Amino acid sequence: MSLVQVEGLSVRYGARTALSRVSLRVEPSEIVTIVGPNGSGKTSLLRAIIGAIKPLQGRVLQASSLKIGYVPQKLHIDETLPITVSRFLKLPGGVTAADIDYALTQAGVPELEKAQLSQLSGGQFQRVLLARALIAKPDLLLLDEATQGLDQRGSASFYQQIETVRQNTGCAVLMISHELHVVMSASDRVICLNGHVCCEGTPDVVSAAPAYRELFGSGTGGALALYRHEHDHHHHHHDHEDAP
Amino acid sequence: MLDDFLIRAGLAALGVAMAAGVLGCFVVWRRMAHFGDATAHAAVLGVAMALMFGWSIFAGVGLVALTMAVLIYELTGRGQAVDTILGVLSHGALATGLVAVTLIPGQRVDLDAYLFGDVLTVTRMDVAIIWGGAALVMGVLWSHWTALLTATLNPDLASASGINPRREHLILTLLLAAVVAVAIKVVGALLITALLIIPAAAARGFARTPEQMAGLAAVLGAISAVAGLRVAVMLDTPVGPTIVCVAAALFAIGTVVTKLRSVGV
Repeated sequence: MSLVQVEGLSVRYGARTALSRVSLRVEPSEIVTIVGPNGSGKTSLLRAIIGAIKPLQGRVLQASSLKIGYVPQKLHIDETLPITVSRFLKLPGGVTAADIDYALTQAGVPELEKAQLSQLSGGQFQRVLLARALIAKPDLLLLDEATQGLDQRGSASFYQQIETVRQNTGCAVLMISHELHVVMSASDRVICLNGHVCCEGTPDVVSAAPAYRELFGSGTGGALALYRHEHDHHHHHHDHEDAP
Repeated sequence: MLDDFLIRAGLAALGVAMAAGVLGCFVVWRRMAHFGDATAHAAVLGVAMALMFGWSIFAGVGLVALTMAVLIYELTGRGQAVDTILGVLSHGALATGLVAVTLIPGQRVDLDAYLFGDVLTVTRMDVAIIWGGAALVMGVLWSHWTALLTATLNPDLASASGINPRREHLILTLLLAAVVAVAIKVVGALLITALLIIPAAAARGFARTPEQMAGLAAVLGAISAVAGLRVAVMLDTPVGPTIVCVAAALFAIGTVVTKLRSVGV
């Protein structure tokens, strides 16, 4: 069965409706990305899935004994709170040194174990958050704009890491992203959200959908083309390197 | 041994300072200093009620601090301008308390004792209540440590781990009210927040984990309590403010030492 099944979910903040009748499913081992303009309810959707907000209507069904790893949008560690990376990773309890090693390696930052959380760079911090999410060996990873504040190279390598994690652990990924070209390359399925689900499907289907073009303008067709261009270019480059 | 008023005073101050030191770490991490102030200032109103109705001071202060804490907790959950609300409640309660105390018929109340504490007059019973309260606070902090810490780091992270961050916030709020109730006789309403914040802040520079910081804050709180009492007796100064002075001096020394270490001296 699906790992997570959202049925007719509506969320409201005061008089403002953030989500109305949203339904979606996430199947094992797939990477699903949610795109949508600011204020389209993306974060609300993830927060409803982890149970941080109560929906007005509808429900969130989780597969029995589903383990969720959550990477929040941003996590501000107050300067006054001293905490090492390894202590942070041990927080859920029952975590061994081997678990910490494994999670940090999966996240691509094995050397950070002894570092203070407040001293990390943006990219290192996101990877530690990823390690934190991976430590319980989740069936489903939830990422909320996990590359916010990273430069293009940083975020590209972060999403590559996610892909590697999926290959190594077989976990499913549900993520929010602003970076359309990354989304298009890294996802099995894309859900376009604007308070409701505008359209969904494979990246090709979504980028061709009128609702998607209306939201992101015709320029986004360009983003996909740009990505493809980069992709071709990349292969081309490889040939060059192999040639001599 | 407990017949000696200095021993009783020392024990009372020690119990309060250690519990406040550990709880104070959360007050610092979560930036709840204003919150602590408001709850503590409300204590004066509790004193007035206790005197008026013939309750124990602990009961009056505990009740009012608890009411205040829950009130603030409810208000802060609704996204209002927290700073302003805390300012209104804090000083409103303090002023009301000061006025109410003078309106009690038939007795002149020594306000200083409740504003700045009067630890030299604590009875055996007071010491027992203070240690009971301090032990309760420490026990709850111990058993909820992981949940409280996770919720402090990030509420959503807590939710994803099956911890209800609002519930943990409420627990801290209630513990704060308990500390205010037991601290009123030791340092008084105006200086309770100092006892929460200063030892924790002094410990920050020397700690690499939250647990180290909490442990060190308790130790620094204990040192301040004992040394403060000695100095107060020597110089014939009020005990509560002297304890806070020692804590502040420890903070100053700690800050200088940390700075020197960071530049590699």
